[in-house]
Amino acid sequence: MKEVRIHGRGGQGSVTMASILALSFFDDGKYCQAFPSFGSERTGAPVQAFARVSDSPIRTRHQIYDPDYVVVQDVTLITSVPVAKGLKDSGKLIINTETDLKEIIKNFGDNKINESSVILFPALKIAMKILGKPIVNTTLLGAFSAITGEVSIDSVKKEIEARFGSKLGKINADAAQAAYDYIKGEKIGF
Amino acid sequence: MKKVLEGSMAISDSIRMTEPKVISAYPITPQTHIVEHLSQMVADGDLKAEYVMVESEHSAASVVLGASACGVRTYTATAAQGLLYMEEVIYNIAGMRLPVVLTVANRAVSAPISIWNDMQDSMALRDSGAIQLVAENNQEAYDMHIQAYKIAENPEVMLPVMVCVDGFVLTHTFEVVETIDHIEKVREYLPPLNMKYTLDINNPFSFGTVGEPSVYLETRFRLSNAINNSKSIIVDAANDYKEMFGKYEGALIDTYKMDDADTVIVAMGSVLGTIKDVVDELREAGKKIGVLKIRAFRPFPADEIVNALKNIKNAIVIEKAVSLGKGGILSCEIRDALYQRRINSVNVNGYVMGLGGRDITPKNIYDLIIKAEKEEDVDGEFFGLNNELLNKVF
Repeated sequence: MKEVRIHGRGGQGSVTMASILALSFFDDGKYCQAFPSFGSERTGAPVQAFARVSDSPIRTRHQIYDPDYVVVQDVTLITSVPVAKGLKDSGKLIINTETDLKEIIKNFGDNKINESSVILFPALKIAMKILGKPIVNTTLLGAFSAITGEVSIDSVKKEIEARFGSKLGKINADAAQAAYDYIKGEKIGF
Repeated sequence: MKKVLEGSMAISDSIRMTEPKVISAYPITPQTHIVEHLSQMVADGDLKAEYVMVESEHSAASVVLGASACGVRTYTATAAQGLLYMEEVIYNIAGMRLPVVLTVANRAVSAPISIWNDMQDSMALRDSGAIQLVAENNQEAYDMHIQAYKIAENPEVMLPVMVCVDGFVLTHTFEVVETIDHIEKVREYLPPLNMKYTLDINNPFSFGTVGEPSVYLETRFRLSNAINNSKSIIVDAANDYKEMFGKYEGALIDTYKMDDADTVIVAMGSVLGTIKDVVDELREAGKKIGVLKIRAFRPFPADEIVNALKNIKNAIVIEKAVSLGKGGILSCEIRDALYQRRINSVNVNGYVMGLGGRDITPKNIYDLIIKAEKEEDVDGEFFGLNNELLNKVF
């Protein structure tokens, strides 16, 4: 079983991101689970969402404390929320930012983290270019697929399109693909 | 067909398959998504029902009471304060012997205000005459609602059934649920509601009139018998469902790895999933431990529980509710069932955990097992307290 923790702010679509991830895992033939951190949702407040993927049915229900992957939608969270907490040694921390790695690492304090576990990714830049809006969840889904290999980009795009309908779905799927290509080294246009 | 569904979506889809004619609800977190989906289905014509907007839970329950008395299948859903506000009406629904099905998206009660999960709300209605079934996961929540109508509408039962589903933990979780493809199969399992007595202007009856001292005791006796006797109907509903749809999650109770077990964890609802994973790991390490799931809390399956527990040493009861001024609820009832049958070899310890949405982790469960096996006669002790917080002034 692999566990994913998503950090964002209310309104950024963290819960949507977790549910699209779960649906994509399922399309790839896996069992999945996605759930929010059950808070009162307020725009701008820090929120968490969780996803699990496994080859066998998932029974456990507790929140995720030792994630294999962490995705941070808003880099400003790292000064107030311990986003790296519990990350497995083999894990990956994916942050939407254009800031320098050394600057980012300083913020983790007690949560010692291996520099190679941190992946900085300019999701906002890609989202602004393709969607024209600072909504980065679908872009990060494409990046997640490319970085982790836990889910296929085709399933991610299919579920994004199913979720957002034809027009909005298409450009969001394009954003996911662009993020995927960026990570895979085809940084065309960025 | 297997799909990934949010718990609320699974429940509303299962209700759609049972074809209720009247739905009435007042939105309250974490029940809201369920009734939003149903309202959408009615608006889209996917469910031919009347969706009655109301101004409170008291009214929602009253609408389904009235509609049910007219002889149609009805549905409502609520949580926490909403359920407490419905309470008066639910006692009436039970007393009038009306087969209403309602979902309780289990949530803590105020004060302090908490939108998060525990079972204090449904426990407050344990003596109402409503049957209470508790779902472990979203597949069971889906299946249980269809079974609920089968049980409620049985002429020998004719009682409301509350399907208790942990708020957020199940209602807001996306997971794989296998839904029924053909509504005809559900119609076969669940034939149209056919009530002997209904509100009918051509054949007038009164419901819920005054029960003078000369008749009240007998009506309550019959109500008591009806809910006690519903045990066999609940078992039949689960078995028939298994035969028709191939799904079985237990009937009154369910046992997990209990064959040779010295220690058994007893619980209800979604926490069972986490407990079972812990038990698997302990089994691998050679510990003789199992799980007893209580699926029907009312009627209370005392015989079945005693039968399951009589040869074990330690029963560790985990409950997300407390009887203030007494202690554990489930643990107390289990101890009573054992005492009644003169079985004093089982050490029953009851712990209150996870109130107001406090996460129950595998470590909590490991720690509890180690502690509980050394203790005796614990009656609803709070477990998992943050002592630092307790030293502060509230």
